[in-house]
Order: sequence, then C-alpha cells, then structure tokens
Amino acid sequence: MDFFLEVLTGGLLAGVMYSLVAIGFVLIYKASGVFNFAQGAMVLFAALTFVSLWEHGIPFWGAFVMTLLSMLALAWGVERVVLRPLVNRPPITLFMATLGLSYVIEGLAQLLWGSQVHGLELGISDEPLEVGGMLVSQFDLFAAGVAGVLVLILSLLFNKTRIGITLRAVADDQLAALAVGIRLERIWMIVWAVAGFVGLVAGLLWGARLGVQFSLSLVVLKALPVLIIGGFTSVGGAIVGGLIIGASEKLAEIYLGPLIGGGIENWFPYVLALLFLLVRPSGIFGERAIERV
Amino acid sequence: MSAPYILQLNQIEVIYDQVILAVKNVSLAVRQGSIVALLGANGAGKSTTLKAIAGLVRAEIGEVVQGRIYYQGLDITHAAAADLVNQGLVQVLEGRHCFPHLTVEENLYSGAFARKPRAVELNQALERIYHYFPRLLKLRKNQAGYTSGGEQQMVAIGRALMANPKLVLLDEPSMGLAPLMVEEIFQIVHQLNQEEKVSFLLSEQNATVALQYAHYGYIIENGRVAAEGETKVLSVRDDLQSLYLGL
Ligand SMILES: Nc1ncnc2c1ncn2[C@@H]1O[C@H](COP(=O)(O)OP(=O)(O)OP(=O)(O)O)[C@@H](O)[C@H]1O
Ligand SMILES: [Mg+2]
Repeated sequence: MDFFLEVLTGGLLAGVMYSLVAIGFVLIYKASGVFNFAQGAMVLFAALTFVSLWEHGIPFWGAFVMTLLSMLALAWGVERVVLRPLVNRPPITLFMATLGLSYVIEGLAQLLWGSQVHGLELGISDEPLEVGGMLVSQFDLFAAGVAGVLVLILSLLFNKTRIGITLRAVADDQLAALAVGIRLERIWMIVWAVAGFVGLVAGLLWGARLGVQFSLSLVVLKALPVLIIGGFTSVGGAIVGGLIIGASEKLAEIYLGPLIGGGIENWFPYVLALLFLLVRPSGIFGERAIERV
Repeated sequence: MSAPYILQLNQIEVIYDQVILAVKNVSLAVRQGSIVALLGANGAGKSTTLKAIAGLVRAEIGEVVQGRIYYQGLDITHAAAADLVNQGLVQVLEGRHCFPHLTVEENLYSGAFARKPRAVELNQALERIYHYFPRLLKLRKNQAGYTSGGEQQMVAIGRALMANPKLVLLDEPSMGLAPLMVEEIFQIVHQLNQEEKVSFLLSEQNATVALQYAHYGYIIENGRVAAEGETKVLSVRDDLQSLYLGL
C-alpha cells in the first residue's frame, strides 16, 4: 500500500509538469479559439533565451525579466504578423499558421542562441525527501509549488481584474466583445504574452529536468492528452488533466508494465485520452455552451 | 422637433463576403434626443444597417462599399467599433449576446471598461443601471447565461448604457419576449430618452410597440427604404398597414 501511495504521489507531482504546458494552450484557446501548436516552441524559446542569458553572466532575475520581455515582444510580433491578417478565418487556417509559427520560433531561437544542449541548474536538490514515510522528489515538490502559485496568480487575474473580465468576455462572445468596445487585437496580444509567461515558467522547470535542447518543444505532445481529458477551456481542467495523466501513466508502468511489457508510459496517456474522447468529448471541465435562450 | 442630427446615413450599400448585397441604398437620419424605428420583414437589412453604423459588419466579413455615415457631424463610415463606443455610439445586438459565463454584474462592468473609468465612477455607473433595472440587482451574482430572455435583454441594454452612450442602436429588443416584458423594456427606453436624452435607433418586427414609442420611423424592404415618416403618420397610413406593418 505504501508503495502504491508513493508511486501515486510521484505520478501526481510529475503530472503537474504536464499541466504547466497545457495551461498555455488553454489561455490562447479560450480567448481566440486557436489551438496554438507553437506553445511548445514558445517553451523552448523561453528556456533557451533564459539559459543563454544566464550563461552570459546575467543574474537569475535579470535573465528572467529579460526573457519575459522577449516573450512580450514575441506576442506582439505574432499578433501583428500572424493573427491580425488572419482575423475571421476558419480555425483550421489559424491552426496551420501556428504550426508554421512553431518552426519559425524554433528557427529564431536557434539563430539567436545556437543549437547545443544546455544544462539548467536551478539549485534545487535532487535528493528525495521523506514525507510521511514516502520518498518524494524535491524537484517535483518544487514544481508543484510553482504551478500552484501560477494557477493562483492566473485565477486572481481572471476573476478579480478588469483585464480578466475582458478576457473572459472575449472567450464567451467575440462579436459582443467588439460591440462593447473591446479591442480584440489588444486582448490577443495580452493572452499571447500571458501564455508566453506560462511558457517561460514551464520552460525553466522542464529545462531543469531534461536539459535545454530542441526536444523540449515536443512537450506539446504530452500536453495533448492532458487537454483532451481536462478540456480545452479550463485552467482547472488542465491541472486535473495533468494530475490524471501523471498518476495513471506511472501506475500503469508499475502495475501493468510487467504484464504487457515496459514503456507503457509513452503511449498510455494517449489511450486514456482516446477513451475520454469516446465518453466525454468536451473533457471533464470543458465548458459546454449554455443552451438557454 | 428640429434638434440637429446625431446620425445620418447617406445612401449606404453593404456587401457581405464580397458578393451578398444586403443593404442596397439606405439613407436615414436620427435627431438628437429622439427615438427612431427601423421596421421591416426578416432579411430586409435592418441588422446589417445597424451593424454598418456601429462598425461591426467587418467582423462578419461585410463592408460598406458605397455611401457615407456621419455621427455628430463626423464621417464614421469606416471607424472601428471601439472608437465609436468611446464616442458614445453603442449597439445592443440582435439576440442579446450577453456573455453567458460572466455574472450579470461582470457583464455590466464589461460595458464600461472601454472608457477606462476610475473605480468610483464605475460603481456610480453600476448604481445607475440598477436604478433603471432593479430586477438585475437581485441577479447580479448569477451567470448571465442562466437568466431569462427578458433579463438578458436588460443585461444587454444595461451593459450598453455603462458606456454612457449618446446614441444606442437597439436591434430587435422585443425578440422572443412576452408582451409584458416587451412593454417593460420599451418603458425603460422611453424613460432613458426622456430623463437622460439618450437617442435610440431601434429595429423591430413588432411594429405596434415600435410605432407607439418611436418618434420617427423607416420601413426597410429588400435593403431599401420603402417608406418613412413621423410615427403618428405611418401608423395610420392604410397602404403600409397590411403590406409592411402587419397591423
Ligand atoms: N453575416 C452575413 N453574411 C452573409 N449574408 C448575411 C449576413 N448577415 C445577413 N446577411 C444577409 O443580408 C440580408 C439582410 O440581413 P439582415 O440580418 O440585415 O436582415 P434583418 O432585417 O435584420 O432581418 P431579421 O428581421 O430577420 O433580423 C439577408 O438576406 C441576409 O441573409
Ligand atoms: Mg435582424
């Protein structure tokens, strides 16, 4: 039983890392209905920019702020060059645009900072910690804490500020948002900037775990099942989806692995997501349209 | 009634998707402080006309290709919706279009943000809306999507009023509402017009109630103005009654 709990806890904590990437998707999807394939590239771009600045001797927070500024510049550029000209186009067009964008961003990152692998040491010990008789990774605990703070900040932003109300209004009804005088271009820029910030946080944590390298942008693929399970429109759903994926892939690896063979971790989340698609296509927390007139 | 015109449309033509000619030749005018009705059957072009004024046709891949629109003497033919809201021209869309997942109060707030009010001003504006729509006060924490049709219409109008408009474009306020609720809504429009001198341009299928409250009326048919006049006159013209007004 103790062993089960340990695996479960480890899985849940690891899942938080998936949630972090998924949240970036949710933000952009909610506000503009665009499935932003470039989120992974943004994670990479942020991590690579940060680590390169840091290696050049700029202190942690200085590098953090500068990277954040570069994410803002990126958001501004994306809105100007990609989103604005494509306004009112069908979602598939925008999706294809973000697909292209992901290569542009990766290329840009490479052009700026080169393509070698960087180690990123955030100074968090890898020693497992003993909590209530269980061994828990300190790094995972830290990541979970960061994710918790991030979600808290986002929910304050969304629920308590004018910008937040405006963002939710745009997510609900774009025509009505225009009619009350909301400038959609501005909102998109803000949303992409916030998604860039989330990408930066995710990039630092993932980078610290895997090293900062180009495969980092592939974390998008892990976010997909999280989104399918949690729903594309809910930050809370992204968290819960991440936890479910994290926990179930670890449990499957340990308990089903010996029966069907190892490596389950890699495909189990997708099978789980498929099952969810059959049962609950809008995800656990996906907003269903309010069908009242 | 010889107040200056707050709004003038000069022979405007609106095309959707570069091929669908929805409004062919509409000229109309609204005097400051008046209520003007736009009547006509389904598909006549009422909504398109209103959206053209408010700068919203572009969001539906439509375009004003001919003619000019003037608001307070300024050419606003191609102005952005947000700029018009800031100048006091706001539209309440057909079918209400509340933000369903926002609370009633958040919906109202959203209407004021464009003018960047301070917190005090924002709350004063809110008080004013609750004064006109006391019913909304009890619902303020409810999700707008779960309120009744009449209540949503009140939210939509209240939200527009939060911008402190001089001219409100109201698209079919009576749509889908019970007769008593229609009366209530039009009473409030009347009151706002009398007490605060807000001008209204409203489109309606319900000609009876529109002619009762409006001062002047236009009848639109197939994207053109088929008739116009003081509502007193329009409502007794035999030729219009059966043909357009269904009275
Ligand atoms: N977004 C759009 N794209 C293409 N055509 C449109 C669009 N909106 C309206 N139309 C067309 O333009 C014409 C005028 O429509 P409009 O909605 O302005 O009429 P209306 O008088 O408001 O009708 P109703 O009383 O039914 O609301 C119609 O033929 C309609 O099919
Ligand atoms: Mg209409």
